[in-house]
Amino acid sequence: MEAFLHQVFSGLANGAIYASLALALVMIYQSTHHINFAQGEMAMFSTYLAWAMINAGVPYWAAFFLTVIASFFIGLTIERVIVRRVADAPVLTLVVVFIALLVILNSVTGWIFTYTIKVFPSPFPEQPLFGPYISSHEAGVVGITLVVLLLLFLFFRFTSLGLAMRATAENAVSSRLAGIRVGWMLALGWGLAAAIGAIAGMMVAPIVYLDPNMMSGILLYGIAAALMGGIDNPFGAVVGGLIVGVVENLMGAYVVGTELKLTVALMVIIGVLIFKPTGLFGRSFVTRV
Amino acid sequence: MHGMHANRMRWILVGILVLAACLLPFVLSSYRVFQFNLVLVYAIVLLGLNILTGFNGQISLGHGAFYAIGAYVAAVLMDQWGVPYWATVPIAGVVCFVAGFLFGLPALRLHGHYLALATFALGISMPQILKYKGMEEWTGGVQGIVILKPQAPFGLNISQDQWLYLFSLLVAVVMFWLAWNLLRGRVGRAMVAIRDHPTAAEAMGINVAAVKTLTFGVSALYAGVGGALGAIVIQFVAPDSFVALVSIQFLIGIVIGGLASISGVIYGALFIVFVPNIADEISKAAPWAIYGLFLLAFVFLAPKGVAGFVQVLWGKLMRSSAGKERAAGAQSQ
Repeated sequence: MEAFLHQVFSGLANGAIYASLALALVMIYQSTHHINFAQGEMAMFSTYLAWAMINAGVPYWAAFFLTVIASFFIGLTIERVIVRRVADAPVLTLVVVFIALLVILNSVTGWIFTYTIKVFPSPFPEQPLFGPYISSHEAGVVGITLVVLLLLFLFFRFTSLGLAMRATAENAVSSRLAGIRVGWMLALGWGLAAAIGAIAGMMVAPIVYLDPNMMSGILLYGIAAALMGGIDNPFGAVVGGLIVGVVENLMGAYVVGTELKLTVALMVIIGVLIFKPTGLFGRSFVTRV
Repeated sequence: MHGMHANRMRWILVGILVLAACLLPFVLSSYRVFQFNLVLVYAIVLLGLNILTGFNGQISLGHGAFYAIGAYVAAVLMDQWGVPYWATVPIAGVVCFVAGFLFGLPALRLHGHYLALATFALGISMPQILKYKGMEEWTGGVQGIVILKPQAPFGLNISQDQWLYLFSLLVAVVMFWLAWNLLRGRVGRAMVAIRDHPTAAEAMGINVAAVKTLTFGVSALYAGVGGALGAIVIQFVAPDSFVALVSIQFLIGIVIGGLASISGVIYGALFIVFVPNIADEISKAAPWAIYGLFLLAFVFLAPKGVAGFVQVLWGKLMRSSAGKERAAGAQSQ
């Protein structure tokens, strides 16, 4: 029973990380209907920024917030400079652009920081503070995810900027007529996504260690989480993330073994896409021919 | 008149190219022969991916998985059952056709981004599946399988590399010929129609579901044939040679070569074999940085790829030569 509870809790912690990444994917999908394949690599690059700062002697939390801010502007810039130009292009073009971004970020990071695996610090203490079933890093990850979710909720619910962003996602044409600068709202969405992704990267790096390819598996779980929760629903993304995290951990521990964990994500993705494409909380759309 | 002239010229050119490709292994070093052998292997895979993505509009970010299946089928057959290398190629093709067809069935319900997602997931999870303990007896687990290079048959006095290259060339020519026939026929036109307007295609009486799954199967078959050849050429398969980046490399190949172009896949294959080789000298990361930049550059500046350039040049050449002929004819009268 204890081992089982331990698996569940550490599944929740992993799930919180997947949830953050899923949240980042949802941010972009909501407003543009693009799935950003480079989301994982953007997060990885941000984490390297944080590592470089911490290595240079910046205190952890200062580095944390500086990274989040820097990532926000990197995301914003990517949208304004590259993605904007292909916003209305066919899906294949978009996918190719995202793949190009993925490849460039991956190789540039490898170029600057080399491919040797690095240790990334956790801001939380070594000894478990919340009972025997969960380490403090795991508890901290869940806590931070909940804080991020709360902040996003407050932002979208109670600020006029948040309202403008929601309006843009709902109906871009009407929003433009109402005087909302739609282009900037989309860029803002990318910035937020990059910032949330950066948090996910910094939370996962102490667990998987820092290397340029660390996010490919995590991104897969993030995608599975986003799809499960409904890819246009931020709340669903978090729930989906937690479910995927727990399922992945329990399957890994008791059913398929750790070597086939990624296949679980593959099955979740294909299963959701086939049987419930809208996910648990997504809205279904009817397209007119 | 002009069309026939251009058509005849095109076939002459293809003949010359195939002849030159035959002579290649006798003038180059064995390492270069090996590289050109890989070009042939990748050209076959890219052709399959281009049929799916370029002609039929179904995006696959996971073709490395079918390539891996083909390679493993060939390797296991040779290693465990002593099947001759040439016989593994069609078997790998058939196995991958079935795998692709089965994957294509659920993929039918997915469009655009979602299909890209599902195949992306397939590509990422493939190495883990290949490492699976339950199949270790056959696949060799993390270690992989080492294959011996076949000898030239019929007492031919050529090296193993040269023979293997000629064998790959034969397979490639056959596969290209089949693809050319498939694409210009009824099925090929149905594929393009589905890509351009699925609803209209359906209204025209095309069985969209059947054509799409069939295309997925055919495309996987090409990847499988390429995979089997690749395994024989490289003489080694291991899970970590089939990471997600392999699938991405294939996508890069068709975008740079030219989407929906048969000849484009050759340029694409040349690109993914030789460019990393040159770039590797700068840094380990350089090939992928260059891949990425080329991808962006082609998407924005040359969406039809290298094949698009060549098409334009060829058109100019034909027009000017036809013009000269006319001028010469007028003078002699």
